[in-house]
Amino acid sequence: MAQTKHPARWSEPVEVGDVLLRVEGLKVEFRMREGVARAINGVSFDLAAGQSLAILGESGSGKSVTAQAIMGILDSPPGFVTAGRVLYRGVDLLTLPERERRKVRGAHIAMIFQDALSALNPVFPVGWQIAEMMRVHRGLNRSDAQEQAIRLMERVRIPAARQRARAYPHQFSGGMRQRVMIAMAIALDPVVLIADEPTTALDVTVQAQIMRLLQELQEERQMGLILITHDLGVVADVADRIIVMYAGGLVEEADVLDLYDRPAHPYSRGLLDSIPRLDQKGSDLPAIGGLPPNLLRLPTGCAFHPRCPVAQARCRVDPPPPRVELGPGRAAACHFVVPDADFGRSA
Amino acid sequence: MTDPIHSGPETMMGAVANDIAGEAVERQEEAAAEASAVLDKPHSLGSDAWWQMRRRPMFWFSAGLIALFILMAVWPSLFTNGDPRYCDLTQARHKPSWEHWFGTDIQGCDVYARTIHGARSSILVGVFCTAGVTVIGSIVGLLAGYFGRWLDVVLSRVGEIFFAIPTLLGGIVILYSFPSRPGTPYAIVVGKVVIAITLLQWPTIARIMRASVLQVMPHEYVTAARGLGARPGRIIVSHILPNAVAGVIAVATINLGVYIALEATLSFLGIGLQPPAISWGIAISEASKMGFLTSAPHMLLFPSLFLSLTVLAFIMLGEVVRDALDPRLR
Amino acid sequence: MIPVIIGATFILFVLVFALPGEPWQGRCGERECPTAYVEAFKREYNLDKPLLVQYALYLGKLVQGDLGVNFYNNHVIDELAVRYPTTVKLALIAILVEVVIGIAAGLMAGINKGRFLDSLVVVSTLVVVSIPVFVIGSVAQWSVLKLDLNDIFPVTATQGTLKQLILPGFVLGSLSVAYVARLTRTNLVENLRADYVRTARAKGLTTGRVIGIHTLRNSLIPVITFIGYDFGSLMGGAIVTERIFNINGIGGFIFRSINQRDGVSVVGAVTVLVLIYLLANLVVDVLYGVLDPRISRD
Repeated sequence: MAQTKHPARWSEPVEVGDVLLRVEGLKVEFRMREGVARAINGVSFDLAAGQSLAILGESGSGKSVTAQAIMGILDSPPGFVTAGRVLYRGVDLLTLPERERRKVRGAHIAMIFQDALSALNPVFPVGWQIAEMMRVHRGLNRSDAQEQAIRLMERVRIPAARQRARAYPHQFSGGMRQRVMIAMAIALDPVVLIADEPTTALDVTVQAQIMRLLQELQEERQMGLILITHDLGVVADVADRIIVMYAGGLVEEADVLDLYDRPAHPYSRGLLDSIPRLDQKGSDLPAIGGLPPNLLRLPTGCAFHPRCPVAQARCRVDPPPPRVELGPGRAAACHFVVPDADFGRSA
Repeated sequence: MTDPIHSGPETMMGAVANDIAGEAVERQEEAAAEASAVLDKPHSLGSDAWWQMRRRPMFWFSAGLIALFILMAVWPSLFTNGDPRYCDLTQARHKPSWEHWFGTDIQGCDVYARTIHGARSSILVGVFCTAGVTVIGSIVGLLAGYFGRWLDVVLSRVGEIFFAIPTLLGGIVILYSFPSRPGTPYAIVVGKVVIAITLLQWPTIARIMRASVLQVMPHEYVTAARGLGARPGRIIVSHILPNAVAGVIAVATINLGVYIALEATLSFLGIGLQPPAISWGIAISEASKMGFLTSAPHMLLFPSLFLSLTVLAFIMLGEVVRDALDPRLR
Repeated sequence: MIPVIIGATFILFVLVFALPGEPWQGRCGERECPTAYVEAFKREYNLDKPLLVQYALYLGKLVQGDLGVNFYNNHVIDELAVRYPTTVKLALIAILVEVVIGIAAGLMAGINKGRFLDSLVVVSTLVVVSIPVFVIGSVAQWSVLKLDLNDIFPVTATQGTLKQLILPGFVLGSLSVAYVARLTRTNLVENLRADYVRTARAKGLTTGRVIGIHTLRNSLIPVITFIGYDFGSLMGGAIVTERIFNINGIGGFIFRSINQRDGVSVVGAVTVLVLIYLLANLVVDVLYGVLDPRISRD
């Protein structure tokens, strides 16, 4: 019974350009005392091998929830996936039994969390925590797993890895802790790596180092990388493609350069206008007025209309078309998308 | 845990969602509509807590019991017209009957009358200890927190030392050093127990009070008030006490039950209240002597039941109050 | 911790010897003390010297294990030396009960939070906490006699054999069982919400491993600390249990000395129990650093 039921093609090598992950019409809701919060309302996207996809959005836009739904680690209750498919190399993860899905987690799709201090277990040495991956998934014994853990720590350039493997998370600096998280995530050569705000908690200089490391590892292993962030500055260097989320919906999808050049959705435009300067690292994006909507009471029509500079009467009433195709690999969800429109940018 | 400055918006959102969700699971009995109706109305902490409490059966159960026992303590003749001190040796150790509802004890006294009259000692000790501990603890905590510096160091150290002595052991030493004799007036016998417990317990409240002072002090409105020359008394009354009062009430209510149990324990050991004072602890001590345990179990059962219910009522009420004031505690 | 120990012994000393009143009162059984005894008493405790000197001399004796000679002309320290193994045994049985029943109940409740089993544990611990130990003890005795189980669970433990101490051990541990159960539950629930649990799940671990390895260790640190502190409290709390079951340990000795108005013995034995309590706390503080890596090297 220990025999894996995973499709044979999962063990075949990945070719560059293969679609690794296809998310289709994903919906997630949180059923709470105050009512049902629709955290994700039908999100779809593809991720190919060797590709870096950035998911961009403010707090509450649903980008972290999307990642958790893909991983299958939503807190449930209150979180429930109510619709959609998450196809990993052709197999819908949402319909896999838990014991099969568990084998995907960490081994095929791995995840890096934002705050490594609270995301690492405080009472186990970091080497032990990395080695646990090999022990649980590959059945390695303690000392072999530990050796591999040390090699992984060296790979992510943690100095004096052999000694540091015995140290505890609180004994590392923020950057080193995030390297530990990365070492843990790449331990089993995952095909897809999801990084949820991997640098938000770090200093600016360290941020750059960590992003460079992630990029380097991705190129070396041809992983598909999903980078979740609210920081456009981070995206530009690393990502190939970008999707922008707002209030649980996907508002724009584009190649990175296209989006920077010609944002099609007023919200994307607002984000670009508010790219944080280096000395304002980590602060919220100030240029868009107003606050993200309450997910319990989404605005009627287009969820963005109360904050939209170009909103018209119909935006308050009609939901926008979910996907206005603007060309190959480009789409936006807005009544008034015009790729080259000048949404008052110069004004 | 998370540094609020460096944690990104997404985690904060996640944390909030989790908290709300956690509560949702905790209080499943609540209809969502009802809850949101209340959330929409602005509420003071007090009225919100009251709203929370009165929907819980535990609150009414414990409050009802407490009311009953207080009535018993204040006005025992409401419950019995028997004289607890009238004993007839020829009637000793009778089983419960129509004449003696709870039976009679070894002296032939009516157990029902003695149990009803025993409430007074327990309630008196509980209330006075709580009052003493709360007053002394609050004053010390306020002084330590507000004036800080060396005063804080000294008071905190002293509190730590008193806190380090287990109350039962300290109580034995104190009460042993100031023994009561059969002729000692009731008020003094009770007073000694109250003083002993208060002396050893005041740091519990002092800690809470000091912590909430330190929590409030850095806030800008307090700094501003001080800058504008408000007197300490005013700042304490209008800013610090309202913030501290919730925690103090919850802990004090729970402790009231604990002090009643402590008094009974000391009396049981023969060092708390002394006969002729009537107390559940003394009654249980008598009843638990080997010979009577099987021959007259009613002597043990009724005072034990009343004592346990009293303690339970106060602890339960305290927990309900604590939950109402801070639903995240559980 | 050392200043606390010194402070605590000072307070006990002041309460017994230095407050107004006659400290030798009630040290001579039922009678008034003979003048010769009072003189000897004053000399022994240096009551004619200044308070701090009195205390220093008292502390000096305490450090050497001299707790004084009681009215029956026995050294109190010798009386305690004979009796402490029984009390330690009793406390250890109580701790075993706490660990096994308390932690198991707490884990079951925490894992099933909000469900029936959880409510059952929460309510029953509340009830147990509310019933004073001496009531539990007396009722346990009565039940055993009523059910004729006296051969299996003896209701008196005069010899202090292991078999005799089992029922008293359960009674002594009852209150702490409830605390341990609640503490375990609260900590487990709190830790299950922690970020590192999400990481553990993202690593593809089984739920059993997430709870059993990752959450359990964090959740049990405060519980183990509590149990350590509790050893000291149990030694003190044994006074009640030993009186009920007629056990000849330190607690039973204190109870008998109270009734015989043997003050030297009461004060000496209680002081020793307070010291044991404080030392247990000291040991736990050290142990805490070993258990929780965040504390040890910070």
